[in-house]
Amino acid sequence: MGSFLEYLQKQYDDLLQLAWEHALVTIISVGIGAVIALTVGILVWNKPVSRAGAVAITGAILTIPSFALLGLLIPAFGLGWTPTVIALVLYSLLPITRNTVVGMREVDPAILEAGTGLGMSPWTVTMRVQLPLAWPVILTGIRVSAQLIIGIAAIAAYVLGPGLGEVIFSGLSRLGSANALNQAIAGTVGVIILALIFDAAFVLVRRLTTSRGLRA
Amino acid sequence: MPDTSPAGSAHGASIELIDLTKQYEGAAEPAVDKVSMSIPPGELVVFVGPSGCGKTTTMKMINRIIEPTSGQILIDGQDAMSLDPVELRRGIGYVIQQIGLFPHMTIGENVAVVPRLLGWDKKRTAARVDELLDIVSLDPSSFRDRYPRQLSGGQQQRVGVARALAADPPVMLMDEPFGATDPITRERLQNEFLRLQNEIRKTIIFVTHDFEEALKMGDRIAVLREQSHIAQFATPDQILADPADEYVSSFVGEGAALKRLGLVSVGTAPLQSWGEDASGLPSIPSDVTLREALGVLVGAGSDRVVVRGPDGPIGVLTMATVTSMLEGAGDGDC
Repeated sequence: MGSFLEYLQKQYDDLLQLAWEHALVTIISVGIGAVIALTVGILVWNKPVSRAGAVAITGAILTIPSFALLGLLIPAFGLGWTPTVIALVLYSLLPITRNTVVGMREVDPAILEAGTGLGMSPWTVTMRVQLPLAWPVILTGIRVSAQLIIGIAAIAAYVLGPGLGEVIFSGLSRLGSANALNQAIAGTVGVIILALIFDAAFVLVRRLTTSRGLRA
Repeated sequence: MPDTSPAGSAHGASIELIDLTKQYEGAAEPAVDKVSMSIPPGELVVFVGPSGCGKTTTMKMINRIIEPTSGQILIDGQDAMSLDPVELRRGIGYVIQQIGLFPHMTIGENVAVVPRLLGWDKKRTAARVDELLDIVSLDPSSFRDRYPRQLSGGQQQRVGVARALAADPPVMLMDEPFGATDPITRERLQNEFLRLQNEIRKTIIFVTHDFEEALKMGDRIAVLREQSHIAQFATPDQILADPADEYVSSFVGEGAALKRLGLVSVGTAPLQSWGEDASGLPSIPSDVTLREALGVLVGAGSDRVVVRGPDGPIGVLTMATVTSMLEGAGDGDC
């Protein structure tokens, strides 16, 4: 324990820098993924075949082992941020797509009919009635996706990607030598703390963006 | 659509349905088969019939929530099919069975939807919202900023009606609007709405499966069979006195005479003058129906009853008068 704290003291700046990169790559990837997944979800939620296809494809992507996907991206995109972000965006899609579709479908059709009957255009019904009502479910999907990506981002160290993965990998590959265990533990704990911070942030976002009329 | 004044004095538009039909793909028979009817401005027409007869489908074709397969809909002479459906609907009030208030908006925002869609400025909209909440007996300052989930079913239904009335449309479509409440609340809502309609006189199509409600609410009733074929389209009294066929009779049931008496207020009946010899008789207020008067007569075992006005007795109603009110319309298989 003593050596761990010593290690932390010495490497504090570096660890913080890596943690910041880890958070940033997560935010960017989930952000891009959310835009794509939301758009797809809004387009296919009421078309059974397309909907099933979108969920199936994004789900299939998730089954590709991250090592393999990252490795396959190297020839085309090299190392570092680019293959990392591409892979993370692909992995982020399923939870958000599925929750968007589910959230949109769960909105009471009578409410949508009321909107249409009052003279709202289809676009207005979708954007001003359906999406706000589906939002809590969609936001949960984004939150789950973020949790997933924080974990997978650690593996990006395999392609020299950003974040705490580098520290974990370094430690694990040199186990037995000085500070190796400290590195591995520090990196892992760092990822866990990041995950908790993100989760807390999502709780705040949910409170701020959900209408008071919807809170149970 | 006619321009409306903020005070809400615009009257209804006429509605003409010509061979209106809805055929769903793959179905053997049309859901609605060539419905034709003519509704003058300001009339409240009730569509009544069993589930599945197409009454709601017919109503929903008027604002093109369901697109007609063929036929014409003329609103104030204008072909509804030639208008942009979104524009059309902003000129038609729409109240559905499930109410459908927007849970994420306040009551005020819900009621303000159509005015905002029409581009009314905030001041005018806010004033109109308060006016409407008042009309449906909800105190604006208490309810304006609440959310639907905080309201009871009856209150939500009132908001639904207010929301439909917001832009003062000349036409209203109402699908079992008071259905989702208990009988006591429903009766109160019906009475309040009748009082309101008396002032605003919009053209209203009101769908219900409840024949009693139809009798109470309608200026005219369209009794519909399957595929919305019209069995009879007439005033409540005409239907009760002279049902067109057995199908209509089955709605009327056995109590036609009593129901007809329920349509007439004591105040409109000829009364004998009140004298000293009437002091021992039972009495009733003048705003009850002949049916209730009959109940008092039979219950008290009397053939006369005193009718009270706001300042005292105004006359005496006799049993003979009550029964004679039934003559004059149809043979009465009462």
